[in-house]
Amino acid sequence: MTTNTAANAQASGSAPRAASGAGAPVSLTGLSRSFGAVRALDGLTLDIAPGELVALLGPSGCGKTTALRIVAGFEFADSGTVTVDGKDISPVPAARRDMGMVFQSYSLFPNMTAQDNVGFGLRMRKHSAAERRKRAAALLDMVGLAPHARHYPHQLSGGQQQRVALARALAIEPRVLLLDEPLSALDAKVRLQLREQIRTLQQRLGTTTLFVTHDQEEALSMADRVGVMKDGRLEQVAVPSELYARPATAFVAEFVGTMNRIPGTYHGQDDASVLGTLVPVHGERPAGLAGDVDVLVRPEGLTVEAAQGGNGIVTDRTFLGSLTRISVLLPGDVLVKVDKNSTAAADLLPGSSVQVGVKPGEAVLIAPRR
Amino acid sequence: MAAVAELTQAGADAPVPARGRAQRRSFPVWRWVILLVAAAYFLIPLYSALKFAGFKAFTQVVGYQDFGTAFGLSLRLAAIATVLTLVLMVPTTVYVHLRLPRVRRVMETVTILPIVIPPIVLIIGVLKVAPGSLKATPNLLGLEYVILAMPFAYRSLDAGLRSFDVKTLVEASNSLGAGWRTTLWRVVIPNLRTAIVSATVLTIALVLGEYTMASLDNWQTFPVWIVNFEQNAGSVSEAASLLALFVTWLLLMLIVTVGSRSSRKRGGAQVTLFSVGAGGAGRTTVGEPE
Repeated sequence: MTTNTAANAQASGSAPRAASGAGAPVSLTGLSRSFGAVRALDGLTLDIAPGELVALLGPSGCGKTTALRIVAGFEFADSGTVTVDGKDISPVPAARRDMGMVFQSYSLFPNMTAQDNVGFGLRMRKHSAAERRKRAAALLDMVGLAPHARHYPHQLSGGQQQRVALARALAIEPRVLLLDEPLSALDAKVRLQLREQIRTLQQRLGTTTLFVTHDQEEALSMADRVGVMKDGRLEQVAVPSELYARPATAFVAEFVGTMNRIPGTYHGQDDASVLGTLVPVHGERPAGLAGDVDVLVRPEGLTVEAAQGGNGIVTDRTFLGSLTRISVLLPGDVLVKVDKNSTAAADLLPGSSVQVGVKPGEAVLIAPRR
Repeated sequence: MAAVAELTQAGADAPVPARGRAQRRSFPVWRWVILLVAAAYFLIPLYSALKFAGFKAFTQVVGYQDFGTAFGLSLRLAAIATVLTLVLMVPTTVYVHLRLPRVRRVMETVTILPIVIPPIVLIIGVLKVAPGSLKATPNLLGLEYVILAMPFAYRSLDAGLRSFDVKTLVEASNSLGAGWRTTLWRVVIPNLRTAIVSATVLTIALVLGEYTMASLDNWQTFPVWIVNFEQNAGSVSEAASLLALFVTWLLLMLIVTVGSRSSRKRGGAQVTLFSVGAGGAGRTTVGEPE
């Protein structure tokens, strides 16, 4: 349905820019920003390819929103540059940056209908009333809200408001689309729908997009690449699968997905042993780390079998469909989660004794012992 | 006037505590007693005045000697004061909200000064320093009224600005290509309309009732006229003051009805005289420091 609409809109000449490579490359270089004693950004460097959607993921206060606001022109960096299409945009005021932005809180103008909201950016660009109407209609159609064109924001649901906000941001054919946690105020079901809708539109229009979120699921499911931030710095930028499978740092490993911390021994170089198995180490090796360490392993990197006199006791189990996540208490009060095929996990009931091990060859991360 | 606002609020949504039955039953009785005492306090003087003036006096007011000039002067001053107040206060308040949130506390203190300082002190100071050319026209009085209206105007506008997310709306407008003037004109002011109407009506009401400054400044405004004619035409002047009260009251009711209706249509804030509540969620009351 949406594809049809886009085709129609393009035929009528009022479509947002055609899909192929319309987005501009964006580079953030050495961005730093302090608020008093707080260093919100600490030399952030990130390149976004044309048409790419990059998500900045991190806990609150990690600087991701500051980065986005600097790109938008609402904040200024103490040092560093932002370039779009190779041009430094630092001196350009927000109003002339040609960036579409969707905000976390509802930002539609309450005094205007959905149609006038979408047409606002075009009005600022001196488009005629007829043209504004036509394009606003096409965009509202694209986000599935054509019947609501004459509604005021308060007559729309939260999800509808954010869709209008998205249409409004796209109406100006922005060089860059900035999304500041646009889904966080919505309920789970709407969030899921809108997530897909944003991604589909963004890919079709080929708009370079910077997306800020604290929700890892959102970031991993929508973005081409995800940048995980901590304390104003990028810990790792990678495609979602790599971020999950080969996290560069312990912080990334624990922030993205579920991670177990099990006491083990680091032998230097690429070797560590944990639960009696020698495993290869990847990712960062914090300086001066040797001997007793915590070894980080995903639930799917561990094995668990029923065993009399094993090294652990099952405390809990969560059915996840084809997999069952089993919580096991190991000696030294270490609680680990192990994923196991649901059929094979059927007899691992709480209270039963089990043997937990590491899959041979499972690459692990190491971190200072907690 | 504050009483009017409080009554509207108390009547609107006084929650009944769900504790004991006895308490629940005793509540309405007290409410009625307070209401009756308050009503008597306000209505008895009005009734006496009405009785004293008599019906005939009301018909004579408009044509009475100097009434037209005095009332005209008051309207002119109200217009000057309103326009200047809005031109000064709207951008200032918006700017403080967006860029200088820390100055808000200072603004609250500064804007309360005209209420704390007696008008007589203000006017004597002003008369000492004002240039003669300005003193020769009633415009000086208009300027003084801007100061007097400031506390009311600031509080209305402040409450209006707190009822919606100005910062996000302004940023959204900026990112869509609108400069500061356009944003103020097309985004901020339309959403502040109720607060602006409220500030306007309060300013007009204030100017129509101000006596001290006008009389010391030697201008026969409407209130000065009422006092002057009380000596020889008591009933007419009484009727005039009752009319003034009635007109002011109508104006105030107008804010509440028109404001609420237009804001309901747009889903904006619910408006009562001194407060603008954010869509039924949090209710911001003017004059209450955080």
